Amino acid sequence: MTSEAGAKSGGGPMVEIENLHKCYGKLEAVKGASLTVGRGEAHFIIGPSGCGKSTLLRCINLLEEPTRGMVRVGDTAMRFGEGAKPMSAREQALYRARVGMVFQQFHLFPHMTALENVMEGPRTVKRLPAAEVLEIAEGLLEKVGLADKRDVYPKHLSGGQAQRVAIARALAMAPEVVLFDEATSALDPELVGEVLAVIRKLTQEGMTMVVVTHEMDFAREVATDVTFMDAGVVVEQGPTARMLSHVTSPRLEQFLRRYRR
Amino acid sequence: MSGYEWDFRAAFLHPELWSKALWVTLVYAVATTVLGLLLGVICGMMLLSRYWIFRAPVSAFVQVFRCTPLLIQIIWFYYALPVAVNLTIPAWLAAGMGLTFYMAAFSAEIFRAGIMSIDRGQWHAARAIGMMSWQVMSRVVLPQATRRMMPPFVNQSVLQLKNTSLLSIIAVPDLMYTAQVFVSDTFRPLEIYTTLGIIYLIILYPMQKLAKMLERRDDI
Repeated sequence: MTSEAGAKSGGGPMVEIENLHKCYGKLEAVKGASLTVGRGEAHFIIGPSGCGKSTLLRCINLLEEPTRGMVRVGDTAMRFGEGAKPMSAREQALYRARVGMVFQQFHLFPHMTALENVMEGPRTVKRLPAAEVLEIAEGLLEKVGLADKRDVYPKHLSGGQAQRVAIARALAMAPEVVLFDEATSALDPELVGEVLAVIRKLTQEGMTMVVVTHEMDFAREVATDVTFMDAGVVVEQGPTARMLSHVTSPRLEQFLRRYRR
Repeated sequence: MSGYEWDFRAAFLHPELWSKALWVTLVYAVATTVLGLLLGVICGMMLLSRYWIFRAPVSAFVQVFRCTPLLIQIIWFYYALPVAVNLTIPAWLAAGMGLTFYMAAFSAEIFRAGIMSIDRGQWHAARAIGMMSWQVMSRVVLPQATRRMMPPFVNQSVLQLKNTSLLSIIAVPDLMYTAQVFVSDTFRPLEIYTTLGIIYLIILYPMQKLAKMLERRDDI
């Protein structure tokens, strides 16, 4: 893996993935995926379970190291595969600090209050002054509608509340892009709405995001572009209207039919 | 029991010797527990290493000391090791080494298991906000793991204090050894060993309670 801070992107796309492969031993989970996300766009990745969409997402912030290919976020481009020299742990951490991630299972820090969870990144990673950290965290809890839960520990939060705190925690780093990995899949149905409302608000504010989800109606509503993956391959890709409203591909149509109940 | 005349005076002929013995027992228990813990945490970290060159020797050490009786370890350090290194090892040192390494072996396992018990998701979440490994460890994993390690550590310390009674075998003047001396002086094993048991009980019962309290605590 090599990083080239030189590949300036000015007004170009915020995220670019080129021919990305991820192998686990002999199993190839992602077989050459490419996608581009413009600034302020919401790119949705859909597909059946095990199609490689979560793996692809985790490759963007290097929680999984891609086997081959190129990933670029902002002005940091990284190449993976033969001949690419590995990135240092420090470089990886600096890079991840600019890419937010929201997990299916929230993964809040259970020994910290909601507020402390949100403060942790700016405090420990960015080392901002305490007053500024507090201001950022309080503002974000306000934004996700949980100002009154600031001193509550995660185990006393509902799933929807926990996920909103997790979103605030990701936003606290002021990331260039936020990745959502099935952010509502672990929630009780009646709690999905409150989390989607927060994500919707972020798209309206022009946050760049890559979203892996099974919420097709939500995708139709807020996605700029959609990528449909199956068996580790990008089957189809394009603007939301063409992808989800006027479907032409038989595989995508078959997939979507299963989500219409 | 009929006809036996209890006479606890025999047990309290030399209170100053009891208190000296109690002191020896407590010093050994505390010192070897603290040293063993420190060594155990270092060993535990090595057990978690990515590199087998760190894991393998520590793993061997842990297995040896966990799978042999402490009594044999103490005897080995006192009678056998001096033959190998051609040096006399004083009883206090042989005994201290046995107890310390024994504690270290168990602590290493407790530490390793405590760290491993933290969900991988915590690592992912901490990495995702840009933390380096050492920050994940110190800010996220250790604070949670420490709470889980506390009850087994306290339990192991209780065992450690009881195990100091094995020191008597190489004539370290702890509670057990002192009691044996009293018995051979007075021929009152019933009163003296009963008193001895009660002394251990008085020290250890509160510790056991503490361990129970720590187990019940679920503030996270």
